[in-house]
Amino acid sequence: MEQDWIWGLVGGLLIGTGGAVYLLGNGRIMGASGIIGGLVDGTGRNTLAERLVFLAGVILLPILLYPLYGAVDTHVSTNPLVIIAAGLLVGAGTRLANGCTSGHGVCGISRLSLRGIVATVFYILAGGLTVVVFRHLLGVI
Amino acid sequence: MRLLYAFLAGGLFGAGLFVSGMTDTSKVQGWLDVFGEWDPTLAFVMGGAIIPMAIAWRLVPGRKPLAGDTFPAPQEPKISRELVLGSTMFGAGWGLAGLCPGPAIASLSYGGMWHWVFVAAMLAGMAITPSLRVRLDRLAPAE
Repeated sequence: MEQDWIWGLVGGLLIGTGGAVYLLGNGRIMGASGIIGGLVDGTGRNTLAERLVFLAGVILLPILLYPLYGAVDTHVSTNPLVIIAAGLLVGAGTRLANGCTSGHGVCGISRLSLRGIVATVFYILAGGLTVVVFRHLLGVI
Repeated sequence: MRLLYAFLAGGLFGAGLFVSGMTDTSKVQGWLDVFGEWDPTLAFVMGGAIIPMAIAWRLVPGRKPLAGDTFPAPQEPKISRELVLGSTMFGAGWGLAGLCPGPAIASLSYGGMWHWVFVAAMLAGMAITPSLRVRLDRLAPAE
């Protein structure tokens, strides 16, 4: 669609404003994998409530906005192998690297963090290569 | 207050992911797929998100968080093998499914069963990471 980039920009500004609120309010970096991961491995026990409340906000707002859109198709793969392998890789990879698109990408690049920039380069290259191989060569996705 | 800020931040994050279309896996894979019909949306999302964050980082020096003790310390610019290996693994999974942790959570209410399966696998991946680190260290001790 023609105006997709405008909504991308609007959404991006909202995401960045969320990150700014989390940083200036709580003094913490808004990284989705870190916030979730701390709940999984117990490292976030002291900040349990704010992690849960954050995730509640992430889930709730799309529920509230959904009626304005009607149907939203996420075009997600229905291949169990693809989904499970992808989920495992995303979970373990983001925890090993200590960040994902929000932590390393948005919060890291915006403070010109070398680690954030290097991480972003690697996950984009790996993602691009994966799509090329699995879509164009193997035809799986 | 910390809970209020966390909820506000999460809400803005979730709303931004929803309206930007980043929970649509075809838009993410379309951006990664430089040999297909390239979709530029993700670049606008990233660019848009970095603007308010960059302003926020500029406000950090010499101040305290509104509801906290300290801001995150500046990072040591150390590129560890975990950073490179983990980011490569993450990128591969991101390309395969078109989902990363934020959008995977944001789309749970409307994405259907496969989003739940993805999140379950992601949580399992996160749960095994501490033992993965131990194995990695045993395999090749960090210098």
